[in-house]
Amino acid sequence: MSGTSAPGGATDAGEPMLELDGIHVYYGNIAAVKGLSLTVHPGEIVTLIGSNGAGKSTTLRAISGLLPLRHGSIRFQGEDLGGAPDHEVVRRGIAHSPEGRRIFPRMTVDENLDMGAFLRKDEEEIARDREMVLDLFPRLRERIGQKAGTMSGGEQQMLAVGRALMAKPKLLLLDEPSMGLAPVLVDVIFETITRIREQGTTVLLVEQNALAALEIADRAYVLESGALKLHGPASELAEDEEIVNAYLGG
Amino acid sequence: MAATATTVVAPTAIDRKALIQRYATYVILLGVVIWLGANLITSPSQFFSASAEGFNLGMLYALIALGYTLVYGIIELINFAHGDLFMLGALCSGFLLTTVMGQDQSNLMGWVLFLVTLVGTMVFCGGVNVSIEFLAYRRLRRAPKLAPLITAVGMSFILQFIGLKWNGSTPKQWPSVFPEGSFGIGDFRVSYSLLVVVAVTVPVLLLLRWVVTSTRQGKAMRAVAQDQDAARLMGVNVNRTISFTFLIGGALAGTAGVMYQQVVGTTAYNLGFQMGLIAFTSAVLGGIGNITGAVLGGVLIGLIQGINDGAPLGFGQKWSQTVVFTILILLMVFKPEGLLGRPTTEKV
Ligand SMILES: Nc1ncnc2c1ncn2[C@@H]1O[C@H](COP(=O)(O)OP(=O)(O)OP(=O)(O)O)[C@@H](O)[C@H]1O
Ligand SMILES: [Mg+2]
Repeated sequence: MSGTSAPGGATDAGEPMLELDGIHVYYGNIAAVKGLSLTVHPGEIVTLIGSNGAGKSTTLRAISGLLPLRHGSIRFQGEDLGGAPDHEVVRRGIAHSPEGRRIFPRMTVDENLDMGAFLRKDEEEIARDREMVLDLFPRLRERIGQKAGTMSGGEQQMLAVGRALMAKPKLLLLDEPSMGLAPVLVDVIFETITRIREQGTTVLLVEQNALAALEIADRAYVLESGALKLHGPASELAEDEEIVNAYLGG
Repeated sequence: MAATATTVVAPTAIDRKALIQRYATYVILLGVVIWLGANLITSPSQFFSASAEGFNLGMLYALIALGYTLVYGIIELINFAHGDLFMLGALCSGFLLTTVMGQDQSNLMGWVLFLVTLVGTMVFCGGVNVSIEFLAYRRLRRAPKLAPLITAVGMSFILQFIGLKWNGSTPKQWPSVFPEGSFGIGDFRVSYSLLVVVAVTVPVLLLLRWVVTSTRQGKAMRAVAQDQDAARLMGVNVNRTISFTFLIGGALAGTAGVMYQQVVGTTAYNLGFQMGLIAFTSAVLGGIGNITGAVLGGVLIGLIQGINDGAPLGFGQKWSQTVVFTILILLMVFKPEGLLGRPTTEKV
């Protein structure tokens, strides 16, 4: 019976789980994120929205250690992530389902899920989490032996999310999980995200589909050209006419 | 209606091209088979011994080809220095076994020291390969593709220079600890040295297969080969995985070096060039990046070369490169991805 509360009660409501403090991220000489600060508290769903090229994916990549920070800092559960090599980030409890899915095309569905649990040694719990993922996405169970690269875009997206869950993360970074999915499946994905949170995982969600994201999120940040435009409770942003017109195609 | 017409035409055109390619590949293979058959009928025993020779050579090609294919598979680099690493392996083998340990004949002690030499050379070549990656290629990992390629060519010259200093400018003869002679029935003979080569190579290949398919390091290798950033997100230490790949590739080249030094008995500082080129060709023939393909390609080229050189209807040693590369080019034209390679059109 693993409860929904964090073990050891290390985090109380007041203390953020993830804290970005004025981060600047560059591609060569081009600044993609300029002085972004944001926090995510345990148990929250926080969404990061903004138009194309605003720097949303770049922010997630910086959190995962794939991109270095030029300025600023990232703290996770009170520890600085800046000094950690990229492959250490997942060990600390952050899993990332990246933009464009990035599943391993020549591995089977099963092997991909296995890769998600690469750093884990607790075989029994891995088997349990695998069942949990296959229950969340029954489609993956049907395709368990198929080479991932031959699956449909939607199936690959489910696999990308499932693979991230196999790391048993405390914080799940989702980059456009509804991308390319049929409307019915979009609903399924958003429902799944709420369910993932109910099972005790905190979620930082990047979405094109901002209206749907605001519906399930607690709080939202709006990015514009790499900088923070505004933030607030998701329900308030969803009612803000200016926001709706500018970002939500309303 | 016009729309349907175009949609009908397009697939047939593609089908026809694919069909032509498939049949052309069959025709080439059929030609090779007929040539082999003719040789076999003309003189079975000569054909047999020529094949055995070729198979021996093919095992060496396969071992070297694996180093090219593993490295290409994981960082898409054609490691031009790999043939020269094999050459250093051959020098190291003679140096350890004869110069250092003074073994020059085939006896029980010879076998023990041979195994010591084998392990020592594998470690040596693995270590050299890891160092090359660490000192040179790693720094260029995010540079344009040409930069590491040119660096690899430079590395090849550096290794040749080391070989020149170590071996001297003229070929060097070594005593063999492999038993001489052959066994078999009547005219059908297999040399004992081929037996040793098979007895060493096959377990090494099986071990490699096990490492790649069933160990954590192997899984990490496959993940990095397919998507480096995604592998990082899974917690794979990419640098260490690439080092490990170079270690394995180097150890395989070392194995080939020891075999070559023992079977052929002569070493030269520029021996890596031709062996490396043919081994690389084997990797391409089998489908670069594909492990089984590298072994298949190596053995195939070795067999073709052996039969060409030694069988009654072969064209003789002078023509062996020409024959090998003609078959290669013909196959490449009609099956550019190699025998077991993936079509390049695969979406990533
Ligand atoms: N590898 C790269 N090299 C150079 N510039 C890049 C690279 N990746 C992204 N950028 C630039 O950085 C900026 C932010 O890109 P990012 O991918 O973070 O945007 P995004 O908010 O995720 O957009 P989208 O909604 O389209 O996914 C863009 O201007 C983009 O052109
Ligand atoms: Mg993006």
